[in-house]
Amino acid sequence: MTTTAERVTAKRGTPPAQRSRRRLVEDLGGWLFVIPATVLVLGLSIFPAAWAFILSLQKWDGFSEPEFVGGEQYARLITDEDFHAAILHTGVYTAIFVPMSVLAGLFLAVALNRKIRFIGFYRTAIFVPFVASAAATGILSTYLFNPQFGLVNNVLRVTGLPQQGWLEDETQAMWVIALMSLWGQAAFTTVIYLAALQDVSPELLEAARLDGANAWQSFWHVTWPALRPVTVFVGIWQTIGAIQLFDLVFTTTRGGPLDATKTIVYYLWEQAFKRLDFGYGSAVAYALFFLTLIITIGVVIYSRRRGMEAF
Amino acid sequence: MTVLETQPVTVLPDVTETPAEPKRRKRRRPSLWHLFLVPVAFLFLLPFVQMFMASVSPAEELVSFPPPFIPSRIDFGGFVGLFTETPILRWMLNTVIVSSVAIVSHLVLCSLAGYGFARLKFRGRTFGILAILGTIMIPTQLLMIPTYILFSRLGLIDGLGAAIVPWLASAFGIFLMRQFFLSLPPELEEAGMIDGANRWQVFLQIILPLAKPALATLAIFTLLNSWNDLVWPLIAINNQDWFTLQLGIANFQGTRRTQWTLLMAANVIATLPLIIFFLFAQKQFVQTMTLSGLRG
Repeated sequence: MTTTAERVTAKRGTPPAQRSRRRLVEDLGGWLFVIPATVLVLGLSIFPAAWAFILSLQKWDGFSEPEFVGGEQYARLITDEDFHAAILHTGVYTAIFVPMSVLAGLFLAVALNRKIRFIGFYRTAIFVPFVASAAATGILSTYLFNPQFGLVNNVLRVTGLPQQGWLEDETQAMWVIALMSLWGQAAFTTVIYLAALQDVSPELLEAARLDGANAWQSFWHVTWPALRPVTVFVGIWQTIGAIQLFDLVFTTTRGGPLDATKTIVYYLWEQAFKRLDFGYGSAVAYALFFLTLIITIGVVIYSRRRGMEAF
Repeated sequence: MTVLETQPVTVLPDVTETPAEPKRRKRRRPSLWHLFLVPVAFLFLLPFVQMFMASVSPAEELVSFPPPFIPSRIDFGGFVGLFTETPILRWMLNTVIVSSVAIVSHLVLCSLAGYGFARLKFRGRTFGILAILGTIMIPTQLLMIPTYILFSRLGLIDGLGAAIVPWLASAFGIFLMRQFFLSLPPELEEAGMIDGANRWQVFLQIILPLAKPALATLAIFTLLNSWNDLVWPLIAINNQDWFTLQLGIANFQGTRRTQWTLLMAANVIATLPLIIFFLFAQKQFVQTMTLSGLRG
C-alpha cells in the first residue's frame, strides 16, 4: 500500500488531477478503518430488515417456492385472534413491569445515593443479578415459585397464608415473570437514576435546606423535576424491552398456562420456527416494529409538550 | 442511544463511589436507610443463595414437603450428574470460544471504525454514521427470520458461527468508541504526525493506549451479551454438540425438569463466572450498564 506515504508527502497547491487522486486516497484510508465493522453491522440489520419486509409479502415455508401474496399476511393480523391475545398478554406484562421497574430504580437510586456504612455491599447485592441470563433466571423462577416445594409457597405456608399456583396459574404467571425480570433488571434503572442524581444541583438542594425544606420537600421540589427527563428515557427504554419479551417466557412457561404468557415475540417465534410460516412471522415482526415506533414517537411528542425533553 | 450522544464517556459520573448527599458528619447515629436496604439486599441476593444451596443439596430434600430452608448436608450429586451425564463441558467450551472471539473481534473492529468515524475525513462518513445509528432502532425480532435464512444459506447453521457472527461487531460498540475518540484532544494526534508517524502508527501507539477504559466497557458489554445470548443459538443450533451453555441449560428445562440439583448445578456453572467477574470489575460493569440499555 502506498496510501500513507502519498498522503504524508502531498502538499498544498498540487494540480487538480493529483488533488482528486489524493482525495480518493484519503477516502480509501478512511474506509479501510470503518469498513469491516460497518459491513457487519449494516449487513446484519438493514439488509435482513429489508428482507423481512419482502418475506412478509410472501407465503413461504422455507423449502417450497415462495408465493407472492401482497398484503394478505398483514390482513391476517387483523383477524387473527391468537395474535390479538398475544398483544393483550404483552400489554399486561408491560403494564406490570414498566411502572414497577421505573419506580424500583428511582427508590433504589435514592436509597443508594448516600454515604453510609455497608453501602458498597448494598450496591453489589442489588446490581449483581444483572449478570444472570434469561436461562438461569428462568430455572430459578420455576424453582423458587414451584407450587409444591418452592421457597415462596413455603414462606406462605409458614406464615399461614394461602399457597398459590404462581407460574402454573394463568392469572399469576405474568406477575412472576415480571417480578423475576425486575430482579435482573432493577440494576439498570437504578444505575441510570444514580447517574442522574449526580447531576442534581447541590447548590439548589442546599438552598432548599436553608429555606427550611424537609427531605421530602426538597426531593419533590428540587430533585424530582431534575429527574423527569431521565424518567421519560427510562420509561421508553423499559417499554421497548417489555414489548419484546421472549427469553424469560421461553425459559419459564413456554407461553402457558393456557397461553396466558404467550407474548407477541413468543407468538412470532412459534409461527416462524415451529410452524415454519416465515411470511406470517415476518408480518408479525413488522407489526411489532411499528408498535414500538408509534409508542416511542408518542411518548417523545407528549413529553416535549410537557417540557421534559429526554431526546 | 441518547445517553451515548449526550454524555461522552469520559465525563460520566462514577456512580459506584460518588455520594451526592451533603455531608452531615456531626451525628454518627446509624442511618434509617439501613432498615430499607437490609431487606432489599437480602431479597436481591436470595435467588442466588437459593441457587448455590440447592446445587449442593441432597436430591431428595429439594422435592420433599415441607422443604428445609437449609440443606441438612452437603451433597455434590448434582455436579457429579451434570458432568457425567451431560455434555456440559463441551457447552462451556463452546461458550468460552463464542465469547472470546466476540470480545476480540468487537475490540478490534469497533475501535477501528470508531476512530475512523471520529477522526478521519472521507466521503460517505456522515452517511455511514447515520446508517449505523439508524440500525439501533431495528429490533432483534425483526431480524430473526431473515438472519436464520441467511445463516442457513451461508452454512452457519449448527455450528458456533451462528452464535458468534451476530456478536462480531455492534452499532453500540462503534458508537461507544467514536464518542470516546471524539473526547480526546486532537493535539495528541497532531503531535504524533509532526513527529513523522502515520495515521496507523498514531492510532496504535498514541490513541489506543488511552482508550483502555472505553475498551474495558466494550469488552464487558460483549461478554455479557455473547455469554448470556439465547435467541441466536436457539434458532440456529439444533445439534447438541454445538449448544452454548445458555441453550443447553434452557433445554434442560424440558428434558430434566425434575432433576433440581443437576439444574441448579448447571445454573451455578453458567452464572458463577460472570458473578465472580462482576465482583472484581463492578465499576466497569456499572459503567457499561449506564452507557447502554443492555438486554433492553
